[in-house]
Amino acid sequence: MDKRPERPASNLQGARLPKWTPWAVAVGSVAAGLGISAAAGLESSIQWALIAALLFVLVSYGLGVKVEGGRQAKDRFATSLVWVAFLLAVIPLASVIWETISRGVKVLDFYFLSHSMGVVADSEVGGGINHAIIGTLEQVGLATVMAVPVGVLTAVYLVEYGRGKLAQTVTFFVDVMTGIPSIVAGLFILAIMLQLQLEPFGFAGSLALAILMMPVVVRSTEEMLKLVPNELREASLALGIPKWRTIIKVVLPTSIGGITTGVMLAVARIAGETAPVLLLVWGSPFINNNPFEGAQASLPLYIYQQYAQSAGNAAAYDRAWAAALVLIIIVMILNLAARGIARWKAPKTGR
Amino acid sequence: MDISTQDAPAPPPTTQTAEEKRNARGATRPGDRIFLGLSRGSGILLLVIMAAIAVFLTYRAALAISDDEANFLTAFEWEANADPPKFGIAVLAYGTVISSIIAMVIAVPISVGIALFVTHYAPRRLGGLISYVIDLLAAVPSIVYGLWGALVLVPHMNGLFGWLDSYFGWTGVFDWQGGPARSLFTVGILLAIMILPIVTNVSREVFRQAPQMHQEAALALGATRWEVIRMSVLPFGRSGVISASMLGLGRALGETMAVATVLSPSFLIETSLLDPGGGTFAQNIASKFGEATETGRDALIASGLVLFVITLLVNGAARAIIARRKEYSGANA
Repeated sequence: MDKRPERPASNLQGARLPKWTPWAVAVGSVAAGLGISAAAGLESSIQWALIAALLFVLVSYGLGVKVEGGRQAKDRFATSLVWVAFLLAVIPLASVIWETISRGVKVLDFYFLSHSMGVVADSEVGGGINHAIIGTLEQVGLATVMAVPVGVLTAVYLVEYGRGKLAQTVTFFVDVMTGIPSIVAGLFILAIMLQLQLEPFGFAGSLALAILMMPVVVRSTEEMLKLVPNELREASLALGIPKWRTIIKVVLPTSIGGITTGVMLAVARIAGETAPVLLLVWGSPFINNNPFEGAQASLPLYIYQQYAQSAGNAAAYDRAWAAALVLIIIVMILNLAARGIARWKAPKTGR
Repeated sequence: MDISTQDAPAPPPTTQTAEEKRNARGATRPGDRIFLGLSRGSGILLLVIMAAIAVFLTYRAALAISDDEANFLTAFEWEANADPPKFGIAVLAYGTVISSIIAMVIAVPISVGIALFVTHYAPRRLGGLISYVIDLLAAVPSIVYGLWGALVLVPHMNGLFGWLDSYFGWTGVFDWQGGPARSLFTVGILLAIMILPIVTNVSREVFRQAPQMHQEAALALGATRWEVIRMSVLPFGRSGVISASMLGLGRALGETMAVATVLSPSFLIETSLLDPGGGTFAQNIASKFGEATETGRDALIASGLVLFVITLLVNGAARAIIARRKEYSGANA
């Protein structure tokens, strides 16, 4: 469409802006954004960032039009927009991590990790997250124990056996299940508990977390099993080995690294789920080692309750941030380890 | 799906009995039969769970709705613990849709930008680093976003809200009374940050699949990088971006904790997006659950059922578009 020449060029190479232009424009617009905010007395950092971003895009475009012509200017415009989009996404991440670390380290120490909130009112200084860590470990552990076998076996079915209607249905519903909001999974178990007149307990939370975890495990395991080269299966079958032993001894070991990665990512995801735990486990300030009886705490729920039930109390906010830092550290360690395993154990396919 | 390689050689597929079929697949030994049973059973278990979710939610919701003295769809109140109980989802539906739309409007263009940046602009190494950062963004638990949103983002929104109020306040939509910024607009911004990773990741995969030949052909004709993207990458990726956005929409609709911490809810529909008030399905469940009686809980389950159906439709549509895309790109490859 735009292939007609914009202007008759006198030589093959039109005028170009020097390579350092984008950087110069960026520095200039940040400075201008800061200057304008300071002059106008705008206190919010969001505003000067938006002003700077806008200036950057406009000045790049303007310079482009002036020096290089319309088509190149459009290209510069798009490039600068794409850069701005990238920076816009990095700012909140940096802010989340920075605020959590800087506010979280205030009360994070061994005492905080090893004590519960049993004798500490929400408005008092002190207390810790020991009970919440125990709760999270037990609930997530039980959920993992339930979800991983079901998830892996389902994936095996879909990849190794699955043909026809049933497999298609399962595939579709696994996809749909991935999108179930965590609170709906919680409500499902809650409906069962209302039906059976049960009081909240840790295992109920595990059930909801397992529902959230299963489709994630299926999806990632499926991808990994598909990467296993068919030659390996054929070689094993040619030796007269039954299909089930082929799967257990050849297919699964080959893809075990990827499966582990998927499982760890799934664990990281459910470890941060709050809503089902809020509905089903309730939270408790005391240490409760038994997930099958009585209310339990959990880390994400602890953060929510310290925030919501403290009415703006500084001690509670400090505890919430410290717990958030612990939770982020746990989740990030799981993520990094998972990625490490993925890289280390990646099946060598001839791609 | 692809054509089954095992079934293909059998000339008349209609005459094959179930037993023969099983033999053809080699599942004759007891171990094989047990293993097939186990793995098929797991798949069926997943279907049973989905069915059970629908059945149980519908049953408890029916109990609640039959007790409801107000119109469940249009009432502007939530007195589910009172006798007689009165509750309706109108405000929740409005708040859920509005906050998700705001999130989409902000997140989709930025996500597409980042996806293009990673696939077509950034140097390869930087692109990998950015993908990694985006994955980290996805890994942060939603409650941490909620805490950050309530204690960091809300105070920072005042300046932006004041500016919007003074220049666009006349529209009514951006009118601001000066209260704390715990409004649907702030929720939308926070949701945008939270759905950014999924929209970016799916769009990135689609853009990466864009046919290299088309791009090289465009470049050879002297197109600028933007023209290459506009002429060969975006048309190819359009349906992928749509389904990515719908996956993000599904997330935004069901997000609970971030909304529950940031929003200061009320059972009114405000014309202004900047003033506190309103609510979403998930947020309402989380905040009303603590004091709910049994009927109150059933009422919350009823609202959860509506949310379940909405997310099911949105996700189903997104997956259907992706599935069609897969066949299409497979035929091209």
